[in-house]
This record gives sequence, structure tokens and C-alpha cells, in this order.
Amino acid sequence: MKQLASPKELEAWRQEILAGVDPERPCLRVCDGTGCRALGSQELLGKLHEALNGDGGENGKVDVVATGCPGVWEQGPLVSVDPQQIAYMRVSPDDAEAIVNETLGTGEVIDKLLYKDPSNGEQIVKEPDLPFSSLQTRRVTALSGQIDPCRIEAYLAHGGYAALARALYDMDPEGIIDEVTRSGLRGRGGAGFPTGVKWKFCRQSQSDEKYIICNADEGDPGAFMDRSLLEANPHSIVEGMIIGARAMGATAGFIYARSEYPLAVEHLNLALAQAREHGLLGENILGSGFNLDIDIRLGAGAFVCGEETALMASIEGRPGEPRPRPPFPAQSGLWGKPTNINNVKSWSSIPLIIANGPEWFAEVGTEKSKGTAIFSMVGKINNTGLVEVPMGITLRELIFDVGGGVPGDKEFKAVQIGGPSGGCIPADHLDAEIDYDSLSKLGAIMGSGGLVVTDEDTCMVDLARYFMNFVQEESCGQCLPCRWGTRVLLDILTRICDGEGEPEDIGRLEELAPMVKVSSLCGLGQTAPNPVLSTLRYFRDEYEAHVIEKRCPAGICRGLITYEIDEEVCTGCMVCARNCPVDAISGEKQEVHHIDTDVCTRCGMCMQVCKFDGIRVY
Amino acid sequence: MATTGQERIIQPRVSDIRKILDKQSNGASSLLAVLEDIQHQYRFLPRDALIMVSERIPVPLSRVYSVATFYNAFSLKPRGRHCFQVCTGTACHVRGATLVINRLETLLGIETGETSDDLEYTLETVNCLGACALGPIVVTEQGYDGMMTISKVDKLMRRVHSLGSENADAGKPAQVDAAATDTAPPA
Ligand SMILES: Cc1cc2nc3c(=O)[nH]c(=O)nc-3n(C[C@H](O)[C@H](O)[C@H](O)COP(=O)(O)O)c2cc1C
Ligand code: FES
Repeated sequence: MKQLASPKELEAWRQEILAGVDPERPCLRVCDGTGCRALGSQELLGKLHEALNGDGGENGKVDVVATGCPGVWEQGPLVSVDPQQIAYMRVSPDDAEAIVNETLGTGEVIDKLLYKDPSNGEQIVKEPDLPFSSLQTRRVTALSGQIDPCRIEAYLAHGGYAALARALYDMDPEGIIDEVTRSGLRGRGGAGFPTGVKWKFCRQSQSDEKYIICNADEGDPGAFMDRSLLEANPHSIVEGMIIGARAMGATAGFIYARSEYPLAVEHLNLALAQAREHGLLGENILGSGFNLDIDIRLGAGAFVCGEETALMASIEGRPGEPRPRPPFPAQSGLWGKPTNINNVKSWSSIPLIIANGPEWFAEVGTEKSKGTAIFSMVGKINNTGLVEVPMGITLRELIFDVGGGVPGDKEFKAVQIGGPSGGCIPADHLDAEIDYDSLSKLGAIMGSGGLVVTDEDTCMVDLARYFMNFVQEESCGQCLPCRWGTRVLLDILTRICDGEGEPEDIGRLEELAPMVKVSSLCGLGQTAPNPVLSTLRYFRDEYEAHVIEKRCPAGICRGLITYEIDEEVCTGCMVCARNCPVDAISGEKQEVHHIDTDVCTRCGMCMQVCKFDGIRVY
Repeated sequence: MATTGQERIIQPRVSDIRKILDKQSNGASSLLAVLEDIQHQYRFLPRDALIMVSERIPVPLSRVYSVATFYNAFSLKPRGRHCFQVCTGTACHVRGATLVINRLETLLGIETGETSDDLEYTLETVNCLGACALGPIVVTEQGYDGMMTISKVDKLMRRVHSLGSENADAGKPAQVDAAATDTAPPA
């Protein structure tokens, strides 16, 4: 076991690792993140090894590397063939043999596994030429999908822990904080507070003990940036935390991770163990005399625990109830000691800033928001997945160029940014540049990067109700405005969606929402009304259609729609009748069926089981 | 009399709880971790176990209860041997998680949040699992199943059912309709 006692030894080991790397050696990189696993990447890996027949691995002729997710989920499982960088998508275990025999053997490219541009049908062979790769600026996620996250050697081969060596030996704590401040990095957890300033406050607090925390509680329902990064490159987060601890004088660190992310936790545990084993974590790090250990704490499924004061309560073993600030964590945090909390992406930006300099970091971005932003794009979008783009990119570029636009010939309606605390932005504002300030002007927030694209088939009132239902359930119940306010807002929205709304309900929403915002105790309640307010701002006509015309323009809200079987299309196959949970469908075999609208609950079951697309909604 | 599966699940063994407590030595701040381990072992938090935890850590029983009832991951009621968790995160919601839930409710004959009387099946919803691109997602002991449609739910149900049950006759799920299962998902 290599115990590294100085930067020199670290460099020597790095050179040794690099000397063993043959850039021409064939290598199969297989994405094995949570997404691709659900699509069968583990079986695929097994089949590849089988097909290689003992030739795979260190002693064979071909490397097989299980990587984290490079971001393009919808297309998984992914296999990249090096050194040519051929990118295969939607690979099934049955393709393993062909990849080994044809691509590795004779160098032949397998057409059916290539990415096809949906706009012109053109096939793309190489990884860097993929539209969603070439338009991105991958910095924080540069190694995602490239390296084996379970091997510290892979991280070291790409310059890992060099920033830590610099921070320990060539910089003093003030110098580190100065570089972080000059980089312009703002917290990636949502609020966008300047990281350097926060670190300075914590540094200035006098105490025998200080803590740092990595907030990996990613609670936004529909976002997976942090999970992906934790799985794909855990060492970058660990390195960032150690550098931060040195800058602030912290004595212990915690990573608060969601228990719903088992793979991320497994990779983090491995990374921490490896760092400890090699003298990069624990006592006397790299021989510098600096000590720090980092522990993982698992959340137990409570969204509010993403809020920093609730998170600290949870680490202390209490219910995750937020408390008023001040005092801020930098003065009195975990167990009453000065504490600094940063998001996963903030921490993993730190090694890049220290290694490449603050000027490099600030090269991309806008005047007030530097660096890149990482988004997870979901909903009605072609390239579902994770992207890293420069701050200041327009929404249009992000959704249509990088994201490939809306599937089918549906029309884009709006994009919801920032999850339950955020808001929606309609088509009129697609040319807005994305940064912290421009988004909040439009009534949304940067949040931690969850982005949901909606099209004409999405009902905005229903979306607002969905988020309100989420925050209402997740409200910790301490303060009245949030506990009751979200309840009443939800009741009104539910009433509207059920077709029982009155025209006055719109006014009631507009009156109550701002009250909840200003009087709630923590960020959860203070931002909970945002989705309602922003949908009211841009899609008031949809609310009016619900309460005045008793109509759901998108055809979603169950109380306002009717299902009918298209007589022209129905073949009388009886599948819908058999599957209807309330027996609302009748008809003889091979004869047109009918739905009894009084019995029908509009559950949508028939629509999904009909092979002939014969159910109409209006 | 031989103990039935049900009794075995509900009676925590003192030695088991002690083992869990011995692993965590941080006093009150290890409460969450201890409860997580107990939940993992018994699939719920048995009353007797909570009393033992309170005595040994030690923390007031009221505090143990307040933590046990605050977090979604804990359950004070026994949960089934097979648990279906349907993600209701934004992406899964937009892609039709409600349909999946409806189907499971029909097949299992229980409502969301309930456990079947024979303690075989539990149906729950969970917040985003971070695999949004594959929504709607269902998690079982078999792992994640993505892009769920009604016919895929039926297949999953049969797979889970074939794992067998402790009380073999009880708790058979409602009959799965063969015709529906053969239906291709809509394009
Ligand atoms: C209800 C609520 C949920 C939050 N959830 C998260 C989260 O999941 N991840 C996160 O990093 N920050 C979350 N935050 C923000 C944190 O309180 C805190 O500001 C952040 O972790 C600071 O890190 P940063 O400066 O690097 O952004 C949440 C805040 C609120 C009010
Ligand atoms: S919304 Fe279901 S996995 Fe994210």
C-alpha cells in the first residue's frame, strides 16, 4: 500500500501510473451509473467479459472499464470503444459479441448502435462529435464517463489531488480563500451565495472545532446532477472538501447523502477509504501535519433536510427541523460550532479552481455568474440527461440545440427551473440568458439545476398542483404559514383541477401565496408558492379556462375531461374492457366498444393498453 | 407452537438490537443511523426495539418517536416482504407514474401506503430516485425497473411473485390479465 508522505511521492506515484497507461491500448468504457444499470449494464459487462474470453482486464489485451454516467441517459446503456472513441448507444447484452469480434477485432463500426441525429438521420461515430457533447463545456463533469470512479489511480492519472498538494504546501488558508473568491464561484446548491465570502466568515469564527459539510441531499424531485457526479467522480468532491477544510481550519467533515442513492454512497465510501489508505485523508495528510477525516451520514427521506439548518439537526440525530438564521452556520452550526455547508457541485469545483487558477474558472460565464452550470433536463425533451454548459447560454440554445428540442411535433410550452422552489419560463423568454440574476428576474430560480421541459400536453395548473402537493407533504410543520398555507394553496389548486374551482379562487391564490412567502420560517415555505405565482404570471389563461370555462386545455385534469373510444379505429379486441379498473367499458368481441362516462374515472389505463391509439380525450 | 413468519418479523431480538447499537458509538447523534439499521433489518421499527434504543443510547423515548415519525424512510407499521416503490418525482410524474400506481393498486388489491394483510406486499411512493431519464421508475428488491408501462408492471409483478412467499397460499396477487401483458407499450 502506498502511503504518500509528500507531494513528491504523490507526483512519483502519478508518473508511475501514467507510465503504465498506453493510449493506444484498446479499451471498452461501459457506463454503469444508476440509469444504465436499470437498463441492464451489469449484464452487458458480464457478456463483454465472456466474449473477450479472458482477454479483458489488466492481464488481457483489452481494458474493460465501468464508468459513471457521461450524461446521455435516454440512450443507455452506453459503450465507448477506445482509442477510436467510437460511441455506441442502446447496447444490449446480445451486442457484446459483435462489439468484441467486429469493432475490437476488425475495426468495423456497427451502424445500428450509433447515434442517429433525429433531425436529419445522420449517424455519428465519435463521442466528441455527438451534438449534446460538442455543445457543452465539460469542466466539473469532464471525467464523468471517462474514468473508473472506483479506482483512485484513474483520478490521479487525470491530475487528481495535485490541487490538494498545492493547497497544503504552496498556499496559506487566506490564499486559498482569495482564489476561491476571485474565481467568482457561487454556491451551486440553489441560492448562489458567493462561496469565497462564506468561507471567509467561517475562517474568521474562532473555535476549537469547526466542521465542513457536503450537502448531497439532492431533494428537488426531478434532478440528478449531484447523484451523477457522486457516482462518476467521487474523489473530486473529497479533494475539494479537504482543500476547504484547510482553508477554513475545519477539524472534521461530513457528507450528508440521500439514502435513495445507494450507488453514490458506495462509490463515496470507496473513495474515502482509498484516500485514507494512501495518506490523503486522516492524520498528517500528505505529510503536511494537517488532519481531517470525513464521515458519511445518510438522510432518511425528508426534502427539508436539504436546508442547511435542518440538515445539521439531522446529523445531530434530531428531526430535520430548520431554525431561524442568524446565527448562520458559519457562527454556530453543527453542535453549535462554526460550520460551512456547500453543495456537491460547489465542492467539486474547488480542485479545478486551485489547479487551474481563478482566472481560468472565470473565463466562462456572465459578469455576475462565473463558470459553468450543470442541468438535468427531463420531461418533454429529446436528449434527456445531464449537461454542463457555460453560464449565460440562452434557454433556446440549451433546450433546442443541446437538448434536441421537444419530441414529436408537439409545441414547446414552458420550462420549469428550480423544482418546487422555482418557477416556469414560457416560450417568449427563450432568449433569456441563464444565470442566477436573470432567472430570478423572470420569476424562476437557478436552484440546483433541475429543469423540466413541458409541451402543449402539459397542464400548468396541474404542474403547480404537483409541486404544491410535494412541498405540502414535505413541510416540517413547525411554522403556521408553511404548514397551513401550503395546505390551503393545495386545496384550492386541487379544487381547480377537479373542475370545482370558482373564478374567485385565482384571487385567493394571489392573496395567500405572497403571505406564505414572506412569513414562513425557512426557505421551503418562503419559496413554496413560486410555482403557483409563476404559472399564474405566464399562464393565467389556463387557470381561467379551468375555473370559468370548466375546461383543461391540455386535456390532463381528470375532473374536466371526457374519454371516448374512436369508433373508426376500435377493432373490438376487448383489451381495454378487460383492463378497465372500474368496468366502465362495454362491448362485444370484434364490435365497437363504449365508455360509460359516468363510471369512468379517467385513469388513462385504456389509453395505454389500446394498441390502435383509439381513445380520444377532450 | 411454531412461530409464524409474522411473529418472527415483529419480535426484535435483544441481541440483534444490541449488535446494531454496538456499531454506532456516537450517542444521541447516532439515533438516525441506528433507526436506519433497524428499519433495514425488520422493514419497520418495532415498538420494543424503539424502547430498547431509547434505554441504551440513552435518549428519551419521545425523542426516538419524534425522529421515527419525522422521516419518510421509517415506518412504525410492519411492511411487506416485497415492497414496490413507485417514484413520483417530477419526471416520473410527467411521464405517467400515476398510471403505474393505479395498476399496482389494482394488482395488489391495496392502496398506496398500505401493506397487504398477510405482510407479503407493500406499495409506496418515493421521491425522485435520480434516474429521471428512465421514468416512470419502480423499485423492488430486484432493483430499478425503468420506463414502466402497464404491461411492464404486469411482468414485474409476475417476476416478484415467482420469488415465492412465506405463507405460500395467502397473498396471491390478483390475476394478471394475459391479454394486457402482451400489449406493446404505446410508441
Ligand atoms: C427546502 C430547501 C431544500 C434545499 N435542498 C438542497 C439540496 O438538496 N442540495 C443543496 O445543495 N442545497 C439545498 N438547499 C440549499 C442549502 O440550504 C444551502 O444553501 C446549500 O447547501 C449551500 O451550498 P452552496 O453554497 O454550495 O450552494 C436547500 C434549501 C432549502 C430551503
Ligand atoms: S423523477 Fe423519478 S427518478 Fe427522478
